[in-house]
Amino acid sequence: MTPATTNIAVVQFPGSNCDQDAFQLFASGLGLATRYVWHKDTRLGEADLVVLPGGFSYGDYLRCGAIARFSPVMGAVREHAQRGGLVLGICNGFQILCEAGLLPGALIRNSSLEYRCMTCELRVEDAGPAFNPGALGARIRLPIGHGEGNYRIDEAGRAALEANRQVILRYCDNPNGSFDDIAGVRSEGGNVFGMMPHPDRAFERFHPSQDGLSVARAVLAAGSAEFARKSA
Amino acid sequence: MKIKVFVTPKRNVLDPQGVAVGHALESLGLSGLRGTRVGKVVELEVEAADTPQLRAQLDKLCRDLLSNPVIEDYHYEIAAS
Repeated sequence: MTPATTNIAVVQFPGSNCDQDAFQLFASGLGLATRYVWHKDTRLGEADLVVLPGGFSYGDYLRCGAIARFSPVMGAVREHAQRGGLVLGICNGFQILCEAGLLPGALIRNSSLEYRCMTCELRVEDAGPAFNPGALGARIRLPIGHGEGNYRIDEAGRAALEANRQVILRYCDNPNGSFDDIAGVRSEGGNVFGMMPHPDRAFERFHPSQDGLSVARAVLAAGSAEFARKSA
Repeated sequence: MKIKVFVTPKRNVLDPQGVAVGHALESLGLSGLRGTRVGKVVELEVEAADTPQLRAQLDKLCRDLLSNPVIEDYHYEIAAS
């Protein structure tokens, strides 16, 4: 994919508050055609990558992401994912993707019961041709800001994650009690990504790092790899 | 009729809230505490009869929305109002 043909759609739910950060990551950070899609829209339009941003969709009522999962737009997001289209969920977006069953596992309250807002060092796992230490570096630094980032998955799910190399990022110093230090995962198909850390808060000069750019590029490169694999 | 849906963390899933509340109960003098789990109760009032169809619909709603089967169990009680 080249910049001229790559379209990014950032979904806005009621209560999203990192939608503009995510927009800027792709629009100004990578210079890609980026637009917003309202949660009531039932179509995404032309989109290579759909981003579900951070925030507190529907006030985090019931469970984080539980209500957003039934937003009208999620039908289109699911179809896009099932066609092999790229999806990236950041923070609350990750919670929504887990609730929707597009990613395995679930996120519960931090073991400390505290909201954690800090910059984390993360270990990049080898999760395929696009997302690996060679492309991103062995360690990256990204900010987190969440109260429910404690990743949980059952034993069978864990075995599948390991067998398919679906863990993309692990915390070097676990801030939330997450199982196996897991900070981010991808789908088995390799086109849906979710992470609690914020690449959208790590690309400007005044941000704690600029590692968000390489994460965004890796996600887009996964699309190219997926496309190459399917058309091969 | 009134329906009470109880949602609780699964036994094998860590419940950080339950652990914290348990510590507080012990510090207030409760001895012999073996476990504390914090869940939620959702109360519904529905104009409908208690039929197998309704229960099937309720089960689906509990699985899809009111609970997350990855981390939570649910059960409900139905009372005529």
